[in-house]
Amino acid sequence: MKIIVCIKQVPDTNEVKIDQDKGTLIREGVPSIINPEDKNGIEAAVSLKEKFGGEVIVISMGPPQAKVALKEALAMGADEAILLSDRTFAGSDTWATAYTISQAIKEIGDYDLIFCGRQAIDGDTAQVGPQIAENLNLNQLTYVSKVELLDEKVKARRELEQGYSELETKLPVLITVLESINKPRYASIKGIVDAHTTQKIKIWTADDFEVDMDKLGLDASPTQVHETFVPKHEKRGEILEGSYEDIVDNLIKKLRSENVV
Amino acid sequence: MLVIKDTCVGCSVCVEKCPYDALRMEAGVAVVDMDKCTLCSACVKVCPVDAIEIEKTESKTAVDISEYSGVWILAEQRNNELLNVSLELVSEGRKLADELNEKLTAVVLGSDLSKAGKELVAQGADQVYIIEDEELLQYRTAPYTKVVAELINKCKPEIVLLGATHNGRDLGPRVSARINTGLTADCTKLEIDKERKILLQTRPAFGGNLMATIICPEHRPQMSTVRPGVMTREKADYARTGQIEYLDADINDNDLGAEVTKEGVILKFNPQFGDEDLLTKIVQIVKEAQKSINLEQADIIVSGGRGVGDPEGFSVIKELADTLNAEVGASRAVVDEGWIDKEHQVGQTGKTVKPRLYIACGISGAIQHRAGMSNSDVIIAINTDQEASIFDICDYGIVGDLHKVVPMLTKAFSDKFN
Amino acid sequence: MDFKLSDQQKMIQTVFRKFAEKEVDPIAAEIDESCEFPAENVRKMAEIDMMGIPFPQKYGGAGADTLSYIIGVEELSYRCATHGVILSAHVSLGAHPIYKYGTEEQKEKYLVPLAKGEKLGAFGLTEPNAGTDAASQNTTAEIDGDQYVLNGNKIFITNAGVADTFIIMAMTDKSKGTRGISAFIVEKDTPGFTVGKKEDKMGINASDTRELIFQNCRIPKENLLGKEGMGFKIAMATLDGGRIGIAAQALGIAQRALDETVKYVKEREQFGRPIGKFQGLQWYIAEMATKVESARNLVYKAAVTKDSGESFSTEAAMAKLKASETAMEVTNKAVQIFGGYGYMKEYPIERLMRDAKITEIYEGTSEVQKMVIAGSLLR
Repeated sequence: MKIIVCIKQVPDTNEVKIDQDKGTLIREGVPSIINPEDKNGIEAAVSLKEKFGGEVIVISMGPPQAKVALKEALAMGADEAILLSDRTFAGSDTWATAYTISQAIKEIGDYDLIFCGRQAIDGDTAQVGPQIAENLNLNQLTYVSKVELLDEKVKARRELEQGYSELETKLPVLITVLESINKPRYASIKGIVDAHTTQKIKIWTADDFEVDMDKLGLDASPTQVHETFVPKHEKRGEILEGSYEDIVDNLIKKLRSENVV
Repeated sequence: MLVIKDTCVGCSVCVEKCPYDALRMEAGVAVVDMDKCTLCSACVKVCPVDAIEIEKTESKTAVDISEYSGVWILAEQRNNELLNVSLELVSEGRKLADELNEKLTAVVLGSDLSKAGKELVAQGADQVYIIEDEELLQYRTAPYTKVVAELINKCKPEIVLLGATHNGRDLGPRVSARINTGLTADCTKLEIDKERKILLQTRPAFGGNLMATIICPEHRPQMSTVRPGVMTREKADYARTGQIEYLDADINDNDLGAEVTKEGVILKFNPQFGDEDLLTKIVQIVKEAQKSINLEQADIIVSGGRGVGDPEGFSVIKELADTLNAEVGASRAVVDEGWIDKEHQVGQTGKTVKPRLYIACGISGAIQHRAGMSNSDVIIAINTDQEASIFDICDYGIVGDLHKVVPMLTKAFSDKFN
Repeated sequence: MDFKLSDQQKMIQTVFRKFAEKEVDPIAAEIDESCEFPAENVRKMAEIDMMGIPFPQKYGGAGADTLSYIIGVEELSYRCATHGVILSAHVSLGAHPIYKYGTEEQKEKYLVPLAKGEKLGAFGLTEPNAGTDAASQNTTAEIDGDQYVLNGNKIFITNAGVADTFIIMAMTDKSKGTRGISAFIVEKDTPGFTVGKKEDKMGINASDTRELIFQNCRIPKENLLGKEGMGFKIAMATLDGGRIGIAAQALGIAQRALDETVKYVKEREQFGRPIGKFQGLQWYIAEMATKVESARNLVYKAAVTKDSGESFSTEAAMAKLKASETAMEVTNKAVQIFGGYGYMKEYPIERLMRDAKITEIYEGTSEVQKMVIAGSLLR
């Protein structure tokens, strides 16, 4: 069985602090990590490999330093790692990212399962997984918290806002997983040493697999960032006056006008 | 490519603004590390001398945007009942359509939707497309994608909005990839840029540390998923009239397509469903309130302190939390008293939280507690003691008895949601 | 000269840090109270090769360097000094002598399961009358056919009640003094070998510290480590390595105390402002931070020196002296800055102070370290 896991290296947004005076993010000392739900994807893949045999290939798109994330994935038990890294990929939105990764997956070929984290913590879009599935013309199962393999079939539990559904589909399939699906193992120390002493990471540029240059990077991305800003929240310390009815009414109006609830 | 022109005066504002740490100062001018730069353009906006440019050529996949018009809402139903977020979207879509002076269309897929159609009109839709089929009662990626993508290709709307529910976020990206357009996830604000007539889609990024406004200038439709609960749902007006059109999609029979009436023209609409599109089998759908405590990730937290009175007093806190789909927090004092489990504790020796809304009930606001929650976006404090230090860090304070105020809030919120 | 960790070392540091945060921290206060040995965590550490971190992969180890191991002890101790000493005593004292002095057969039989973490190691040198004066060994090992017969007592032995494999020092020839001491590998459950009751300590409470009792305990001749008479040399060399581990433990404790203090002075308000705004406290913090960083430089340097193959006993002694005294000073100051809260068990500060004290005592007191340092200078 061949399992592909798509991962992304992200800044640990829990460690990001805000300089409220300047309205900027303080990036200093913020570590880069494997996106947490992608780690769940690696765990799901590696434990299926341990049970059914086969190989796990991790794939990531990003700058050269994203190799660190792939090394960690190898240390967690992946067999092979591919980094898609090329200046022409820079500035890709989810559409262009999904295109590039799908083309690389076509190059790998013969896969049975593709795992992605539900969403990345730096963008929270949850789009790349389904878009890859569309490009590969695969079935997709998103928000998955449990997965079982039965012959050529996959049985999955998909979380809904209230409750869940149980779905069944045939391989190959792309699955986006939630944090609750498993507890990712730690990278083993031996695995880390091996990942740093053997050259298992392949770097693919735009020349290494078939891509349409018109569909890459910023130029091909339908969406663009128009503006970014740090949301301001100054504490207003406003004591609401009046009868309880008035206060509650007033409060709800304020919260609604600020889109809080 | 990011280009820094020689008009750079070396003020280093861009270095500070870069969320990816890709810019640095060298010999008095800004230098970009292209290995780190994601071309997010945060620096371009802040440069006081316009010395930074992103060189971009026109997209080769661009479309003729003049062919597209109208605002669409993809309304979502569960067992043929519309979700709140869909009605919120109709209200929001109404505003956008009015600004563009275009028509607002709601599209809904399901199996028995006459009531839903009327509701969508009452909420503000000019036109409703209803696609009914037993196979569409429960959401499934393939048939929904097929119907929606083909309908969009046929009718060419300018804007398509859907709720950022689990299903909306499953369908949206799938459709956007099929029809080759951009999609902005989880928007909290939508506006029309009057000059360029494009949609400005604002959303949180970086775990809420940063807000980004996204545009989709050369592709159509402009698609967004929108967070439930953030747009205001206006009062429905059942006296409103609108066009309700049934598209009879018999999705198991390839010969019988659906016919769509659009502005008097009969369009052939044929989703052509084969088995391939229905591959995923729904074994069962289980409805349950999921409750695992995850304070750190919570969007809303309702917390109780000593003012709650006793363990039973927590019931009012829990009711409010349930209504808001929020987590329950607690001060150290009540955890120590054994009124509630330690895993609910917020503060220096408990959890550090950063929800969108923190409602502190009967919590005095000792520094140890504040240390764990003062970074919440909006803080509401309810306490009988007007000198309580929690009022120093709140946005809105209510001096009063939580046992009276909290149930009133619960009622007010549940009225709003139902 | 490069003060940066390599990518590999950084990744190992991150794994230890996350493990310590997620698995160790939640039970640290609890096991300090209950004194219960964290067996489950030790098992989890073995699963990810932490128990054999500096040993070659052919002996079941992870194949990392000494600095990685030292950083591991530091990171564990940051959350719980007990976990730090369990690893340090196992690797440096229990397993390392076999790696350095053992025959291939001994390595196969004893080092491999230790490095894989299937078994836990311990080391017995100290006796009631042989503390700093380690040469005054009363435990004896007499040859009897193809066996040695051990008699005597060892005290204050870390991991004693939970270890499977022990390195034991005993006199094979009293007349030769230190040159009459030999080192042996003893397995638990060997007839004639028992352990005493668990000691009740001031700190590192969940570490299993006991007396070892040998009464006509017979072990096979091939369990002699090195040659007869090499025991004192083996013990001293082993302690040189162990000291870097304890220094790392002290460093982790000190760093934690510093971080907790920095966080606290930013949050705690008195006289209407955070106490960190007062210059008196700022000076304390600056001094604490400088001490911690100088300790770290000595500890890391000792580890790197060990890997270089050069003699490192002076570096190790300096590292342990500085780091343990830093741990004591910094935790003491931290308790003072925290005031009443610092004295309460709700905060980790008082535990850090109790745990810090032992680092000035075991594997050679501060005074012994000074003897080693002065001895190398006045040779």
